[in-house]
Amino acid sequence: MKLRRRTFLAAAGCLAGGIGLSTMAGRAHATPAELSVALKKVTGGATLRPGRVTLEIPPLVENGNSVPLSVVVESPMTTVNHVRAIHVFAEKNPLPNVISIYLGPRSGRARIATRVRLADTQKVLAVAEMSDGSFWSDSRDVTVTLAACTEAVI
Amino acid sequence: MTTVSARIQVPATARRGEIIEINTLVRHPMETGFRRTQLGERIPRNIITRFICTYNGVEILSADYHPATAANPLLTFSTVATESGTLEFRWTGDNGFSFTETAKIVVA
Repeated sequence: MKLRRRTFLAAAGCLAGGIGLSTMAGRAHATPAELSVALKKVTGGATLRPGRVTLEIPPLVENGNSVPLSVVVESPMTTVNHVRAIHVFAEKNPLPNVISIYLGPRSGRARIATRVRLADTQKVLAVAEMSDGSFWSDSRDVTVTLAACTEAVI
Repeated sequence: MTTVSARIQVPATARRGEIIEINTLVRHPMETGFRRTQLGERIPRNIITRFICTYNGVEILSADYHPATAANPLLTFSTVATESGTLEFRWTGDNGFSFTETAKIVVA
């Protein structure tokens, strides 16, 4: 790929603009409070237990615009015992919700893969909602070198 | 506006009871609504908000997408091959976006 001056300046402006405009925009990052509100909406205040969930995401990401991730949950996926939903959250994105996937016994196994945006180096959290009403979680720290440009100057 | 297209990978045949993997990818910019132009104007949000997969008319999986979903949303999931028929994939979102794709499967 030919890196033109204009392209480079746009990318540089994207990074610099992110800092400058974040105050203007007023919400560059979700706050921990927003994350807990989003979490509570999902769990209804139930406690998150560690385990049963495996979140796979690269520990070091070069481009936050497209980060592959997968979530696997240990579950027999039967009518009486299955994963009802998988939710992914990112604490430092402008909005904490990343994706919610609703599955059931017809899924056969509880594994999903997708691609997400990460606005900053941060902790990514995966939560599994079981058919018995319990919630399990896993989290991973991800270092992002080029953040997803949420405040881009294009 | 670019033409909408999707890529679906579903095995053409499967044994009854087999767990099959499904790959879905739809072309969409997933504009977050947080970006601005050079003049400082906010680029309006334009994302897919919902995805539903049905198997012979019965919903087997759905998803809520947010601005944090990367452009050209990709989703890999699985289902149990229960019977021959049609899988339907539907994405809906901002500005009245709606796109449907189908795939056939033969279950022996």
